[in-house]
Amino acid sequence: MMKNKKIKVETPTSLLKGNKRRQFLKLSGMALAGSGLLLACSDDDDNILDPTDDTVDDGMGDDDGMGGTTPFDLGAGDLGVLNYAYALEQLEAEFYTRVLNGTYWSGAAMEEKNILEALYNHEVNHREFFKAALNANFDAELVLPAELEFDFGSVDFNNRDSVLNTAKTLEDTGVKAYNGAGKIIETVDYLLIAGKIVSVEARHAAAIRSIIGGDMGDFKLFAGDDAVSVGNGLDGAENPSVIIETAGAFFVTPFTANHLP
Amino acid sequence: MNIIKFLDEFKTDNLTKTMSSRRDAFNTFGSLGKKAAIAAVPFGIATMGNKAKAATFMQQDYIASLQLALTLEYLEAEFYVKALDSGVLTDNAKAEAIYQQISQHETAHVAFLQDQLGDNSIDSPEFDFTAGGAFDPFNDNNSGQDVAYGQLLALAQAFEDTGVRAYKGQAGNLMGVADGAVLTAALQIHSVEARHASEIRRLRGLDGWITLNERGEDMPSQTQAVYDGEENLSQATVDVTTLGDGDPFSAEASSQAYDEPMDRTTAETIAGLFIVS
Repeated sequence: MMKNKKIKVETPTSLLKGNKRRQFLKLSGMALAGSGLLLACSDDDDNILDPTDDTVDDGMGDDDGMGGTTPFDLGAGDLGVLNYAYALEQLEAEFYTRVLNGTYWSGAAMEEKNILEALYNHEVNHREFFKAALNANFDAELVLPAELEFDFGSVDFNNRDSVLNTAKTLEDTGVKAYNGAGKIIETVDYLLIAGKIVSVEARHAAAIRSIIGGDMGDFKLFAGDDAVSVGNGLDGAENPSVIIETAGAFFVTPFTANHLP
Repeated sequence: MNIIKFLDEFKTDNLTKTMSSRRDAFNTFGSLGKKAAIAAVPFGIATMGNKAKAATFMQQDYIASLQLALTLEYLEAEFYVKALDSGVLTDNAKAEAIYQQISQHETAHVAFLQDQLGDNSIDSPEFDFTAGGAFDPFNDNNSGQDVAYGQLLALAQAFEDTGVRAYKGQAGNLMGVADGAVLTAALQIHSVEARHASEIRRLRGLDGWITLNERGEDMPSQTQAVYDGEENLSQATVDVTTLGDGDPFSAEASSQAYDEPMDRTTAETIAGLFIVS
């Protein structure tokens, strides 16, 4: 719950000491979220808003003991972006976990096997990083739940084309997502982390595209005109709302991004 | 090869001069801003003065960042054009196609950054891709196709991996400029450089990603500066090797999973090896 939020002592592993406090103040500055937090922190009965009324978004998601069935909301600002990244990294990590359990991977050519294993390693590392970073800097109620449920019914993990094309989509989506989220980030240290990860996602995307392109004799697919604008040489960048809609079919556990563009 | 001389010329004749004249321009702007603030808000002199100063520094930083980016793009764009003209790639359809695609992007990046910088744009330096005779990537000195091809690929890898790190190093200076539009565009170039880096590395038989600070097989020792620091395992104070067990948390995988930034001086030093004036 929201007890003693303001004076909670930061743990030594905290990324940015002032951040949680700033996040709290920022949320408090928003009319609805502010009321929700105040009510959650007190036992007063003179409610302005009913904290269990889930038609009112408290900006805190809903596994927060405050009643209701509305989905978890990612939140705003740095918190929102970190939760968003955590959701995407969970998706990618789960995808590659299933790839490594499928028969295509176990019988794949060495080059493809090595690439997919590396991608699994990197995405699992990213996932656990976001989990640790979020929990070190924000109260548990504000952190996207671990082990989201996914639906990969559209993917045949025993089929090479299905796996490679899904990997391509996910990596390209990751690049666009981080590129679009950069401007929402408020703290330079988090921007740097996003930068450190997005270029690795782009390296992944190029490697997968290179394998697919090789099949087709298209040696330009690693940075193909479908991904990089011919006119200005820029990669994609999309807002969270667009990405979440694109990748939405994979997510079984619902969540919202009402405070992100 | 006289590296010191290159660096010296690079620093004195090129960037520094450009930067200092820019700086003068901003200082003028800054003091005007301060005067305006004083006139407008007589009781808030200190605060407004500092704010004006902060805004000036921010603008200075972001323009200098874009100028560094443009310098690196000039270097890459000219390198790929010359590579395609050299004849070194003509027997290799795959490598030639890859270079064509990258060349198209780097040339577009130059035009894009010139446009973004407007009056603050800078001219291209004069490049020497032999770095004073150390390399012969275009076979101009008749080192032979095989030697030239190897160096053409090695230099491309060094330039792309440097580009990725240099953009990352400047990202913080672009925060909040034009509501984030400048940062977004820089990120959109940054990830294209990473796609290029991955493909060139793979063309050379390496992984698309960087392991620890390894420059990779057959990379000239002069390129080690491109990779120093990539072995970092601490992300936002978290040692990522401690986050779990197994392969994803090995030092190798943990370093591969995060690309590291490079500061301006390091990027300028690396580019400076190839800049004559």
